[in-house]
Amino acid sequence: MKVAFTLNGTAAEFAGPPVTRLAAALRDTLGLVGTKVGCDAGDCGACTVLLDGAQVCACLVAMGQMEGRSVETVEGLLQKDGTLASLQGSFLAHGAAQCGICTPGMLMAAQELLRANTAPSRAEVEDVLGGVLCRCTGYTKIVDAVMDVANLAMEIVPPSGEAVGARIARVDGVAKVTGSDRFGADSVPTDALWIRVVRSPHASARFALGDLAPLRSRLAAVLTAADVPFNGYGIYPDVKDQPVLADGIARYRGEAVLALVGTRDAVLAIPDRDLPIVWQELPPLFGIDAATTLGAPLVQADKPGNLLLNGGVRHGDTERAFGQCAALAQGTFETAFVEHAYIEPEAGWARRVGDRIEIFATTQTPYMDRDEIANVMRLDRAAVRIVPTACGGGFGGKLDLSVQPLIALAAWKLGRPVALVYTRPESMAASTKRHPARVTAKFGCDAAGKLLACDVTASFDTGAYASWGPTVANRVPVHAMGPYFVPNVRTWGEAFFTNGPPAGAFRGFGVPQAAIAHEAMMDALADKLGIDRLEFRHCNALRAGDTTATGQKLEHSAGLAQCLEALRPHWRKALDDVAAFNRAEGPKRRGVGVGCMWYGIGNTSMSNPSRMRVGLAQDGTLTLYNGAVDIGQGSNTIMTQIAADALGLPAAQFVLVAGDTDLTADAGKTSASRQTFVSGRAAELAGRDLRRQILRLANAGADAVLSLEGTTLAVRDGGTVRGIDLATTGPLDGEGVFDPPTTPLDANGQGVPYATYAFAAQIATVEVDIELGTVKVLRIVAAHDVGKAINPTLVEGQIEGGIAQGLGLALMEEYLPGRTENLHDYLIPTIGDVPEIECILIEDREPLGPSGAKGVGEPGLVPTAPAILGAVHHATGVRATRVPLLPHRLREAILAQGKAR
Amino acid sequence: MADYLRPAYLEDALRSLARPRTVLAGGTDFYPARVGRAIEDDILDIGGIAGLRGIDPTPQGWRLGATATWSELIAADLPPLFDGLKQAAREVGGRQIQNAGTLAGNLCNASPAADGVPPLLALDSEIELASLRGTRRVPLATFIVGNRRTLLAPDELLVAIHIPKPAHEARSAFLKLGARRYLVISIAMVAATLEIEEGRIAGARVAVGACSAVAQRMPALEAALAGTRLDETLASRIEPHHLATLAPIDDIRGSAAYRCDVVLTLLRRLLSGFVP
Repeated sequence: MKVAFTLNGTAAEFAGPPVTRLAAALRDTLGLVGTKVGCDAGDCGACTVLLDGAQVCACLVAMGQMEGRSVETVEGLLQKDGTLASLQGSFLAHGAAQCGICTPGMLMAAQELLRANTAPSRAEVEDVLGGVLCRCTGYTKIVDAVMDVANLAMEIVPPSGEAVGARIARVDGVAKVTGSDRFGADSVPTDALWIRVVRSPHASARFALGDLAPLRSRLAAVLTAADVPFNGYGIYPDVKDQPVLADGIARYRGEAVLALVGTRDAVLAIPDRDLPIVWQELPPLFGIDAATTLGAPLVQADKPGNLLLNGGVRHGDTERAFGQCAALAQGTFETAFVEHAYIEPEAGWARRVGDRIEIFATTQTPYMDRDEIANVMRLDRAAVRIVPTACGGGFGGKLDLSVQPLIALAAWKLGRPVALVYTRPESMAASTKRHPARVTAKFGCDAAGKLLACDVTASFDTGAYASWGPTVANRVPVHAMGPYFVPNVRTWGEAFFTNGPPAGAFRGFGVPQAAIAHEAMMDALADKLGIDRLEFRHCNALRAGDTTATGQKLEHSAGLAQCLEALRPHWRKALDDVAAFNRAEGPKRRGVGVGCMWYGIGNTSMSNPSRMRVGLAQDGTLTLYNGAVDIGQGSNTIMTQIAADALGLPAAQFVLVAGDTDLTADAGKTSASRQTFVSGRAAELAGRDLRRQILRLANAGADAVLSLEGTTLAVRDGGTVRGIDLATTGPLDGEGVFDPPTTPLDANGQGVPYATYAFAAQIATVEVDIELGTVKVLRIVAAHDVGKAINPTLVEGQIEGGIAQGLGLALMEEYLPGRTENLHDYLIPTIGDVPEIECILIEDREPLGPSGAKGVGEPGLVPTAPAILGAVHHATGVRATRVPLLPHRLREAILAQGKAR
Repeated sequence: MADYLRPAYLEDALRSLARPRTVLAGGTDFYPARVGRAIEDDILDIGGIAGLRGIDPTPQGWRLGATATWSELIAADLPPLFDGLKQAAREVGGRQIQNAGTLAGNLCNASPAADGVPPLLALDSEIELASLRGTRRVPLATFIVGNRRTLLAPDELLVAIHIPKPAHEARSAFLKLGARRYLVISIAMVAATLEIEEGRIAGARVAVGACSAVAQRMPALEAALAGTRLDETLASRIEPHHLATLAPIDDIRGSAAYRCDVVLTLLRRLLSGFVP
């Protein structure tokens, strides 16, 4: 069937099945991949386009309905002269696009509103954008960008030496606001074959494969465990426990069992009844208690007691110290599996080039991917090339392999490009989750409120495979006492295998779960002693010069006290406002809470170096070879700003080569809030190295001023200017390597696990409807010690986005295998849930960091749930011991409390 | 290969239903049920049938055509009788879903949490079904017979929703409870239409959704309200036993006990909103 319609003002035609989704037709047939597909179910709004001027999800429109109609996509937004439309410019200036995957949908939804109303109110913006989910920004800058569209800010172009600290627009931002950025599913060659993964419907089962010959005759290939040269992968070199394709045993619902390879239509057309798999379902182990019951079946045969690992920190004598405490508090807190819910599902494609395999996929960690693929395929590392596509959100979930091994194996075997794009349910079922935790904490202090001792045990459900479980179990004991000086400490972390989804890395590596416990203890102790909750924390805050429970002396940059001081006026005002509000009768009760955190930047007691290069080519091109993958947080921009000032040339003159394992050096993974601190320091050293070479060539002093025009590099040193002609001098190359200094932890957890720590405190004001159990977060004020804000706009974006995820953790997010494998049963905050956020940036310089900077990727999330839960307690007297605090759980707790009185 | 019909006339549509077909209008329930698999349904797309469009007054009341969307309803010039239905429309999905989804589709999908059902029950809606055998009208309350089950025969099409003109001045309202703002499936919802004559409730129609397999009218409560004064004591006339027919379940969104509890609160708030 042929359909004629108008596309971005031009006549267009589609010939194909009329039931084809408009989103698929735009992307696959008409080649307009600016419209993104996040769920194919109308739940996320990423594919929002305008149809006859009204926003619709392009995944829900049949091409058979398009005759004579007019569709507008992000590709049509540019002005006639090719410049950005004011809405796009406003998104760019405000930092409203982070990863950029929701940006086309947001822009189109906003366009519907702005056509009718160029000065919308916040409520109008929320109503119109309410159907587009964003997982990165916390929506704050998106709302600002739409409301501010009429007052376009000037572009910020800092001169030489002034890039650090400037709110420059993202260096990759134009591609994100024009829809031209290419994500994992956007650059698949038209001749690529497709993979459909067949997954276990059972959490625990044995299975046998029958005769695959009939299937193989209909497809290009059917891959099984037998096709994988080394069928095990995992984050740690000694724990390769997760099969690429399960081999007779499925350990979680969603585990990959078979890969069907063929044309897209062919693999989708295979009915499930044609799959020769005989399942023998086994009783699954769900939860820590089931896994630790004596005689429980083993999820991994070589892991007795289903224990992955355990360990802790011991400092001082906790038993004696508890005996001396004037006040004690204790409690047990439980959290759920939490889904990353990046709006871009896992996607990519691979091709064989001679005896090399090239993988183009969405990832947070190209170098680990390269090494892991080499291991799985039994190839030399040099035979694997990873080219990261734009990454539509990661948050830790794209640190593990997803599509990579299957597309690589199939492309290698078939000699043709092969693609795999996860569906939303598949992404949710197959990928890692935040570890469910049970944290039991006991804290004690003296009569003046000085903490004397704590004892914290954090048990984690690590799911079916190890993934990042060891990282979580190692990191948490170091952080579980909170960002406070506690002289006597016993902390313990342990992780157990279950038949849940593999729990891996998720923004904070277990620290957000532990923070819920230690912050509840701070509130309880403060309340017992009648001390203001914020002042109690201020009195106990770790400060420079203090020694931590691991015996590490914090020499510099421990800015929690400054954060709390900056919050103090907001806190007092919020307490007054809430008290005034609560004087009126009614079902709405308000409360204020405060949460604090600290977070070690980079790997725990493990080397995690970054190497960066800055090159000046003979044609005058200035290039940053940057292996640090930008997953939306803005590291491309941060690295450029740092390198620019270190070298002494304007950031705007840099060209970026990003994260291609053939072209860039290993800058580690984008995790552990490490890129600004570790890779940023490497970029700074690389810039300085190049500058040193230039100054030597010019025989100029350290204060010389550089400028680059064409192939001429001018070096002005006092009154003299020396020109270097790059065409004749040859290319120049600066390199920098940084590995943060740490030491291993001994059996008692003593050592230097991190070179530096970020600190933060947030206060939340909430309104609880005590009759319904609903919580509305009204306002958050966040104070973060980031060392130095290289780009304040991007730093705020990290904090705001972290807050949105922390709000979800506290109030709504709970992944239940088989029940919440989509974005309408699994709820993440929408634009209407995230409150007004005020960010306060504290800059307590870290001498090791570039220009004093630390990291902020994870810290934004950690204090939020504790602050919200503290505010709910303040409003209602209910202390949540299980998150998410869904309305029915809070209402039941309020009723139970009423009965207890 | 599955086929796809998009007729311009109702009669052609009905004729095509001689064999089973999946009816497609806004697509907002059709596509989400078919993520990541080949679509093999034989489809009847009713979007091209002019006679099924629109929201129009009739001598007896109003007619909402089968392809009328939530957004069209919100934009339509309708009396306060429709305020509750419009409030529900604004709570359906996001704006994209409101622009594409149809009220009729919401009824045919017959989810226990369908946002359109309680307000349409409170409007005493009738459903017009057509087939080559003729047309029939059934009350909405009997049209939906269970979780995702309706009276619709395989050869029948829902062609319109009819809303009768009330005997007196009437207003309606709707409340939805969900765990987030926007794009949320109801934990519970309530809708009411009150007919008012000289400060008294001449007639009350109250419905509760997401608290039983099919949204229900609350006849005991309606009877208790009928004839009483529209004053600030209105909400206090609701008694738990009025809601005895509800049979909520425990699910991921809330417990049964919680639903029973909050429905009372929601109804009290809903009715309080009618008091001048």
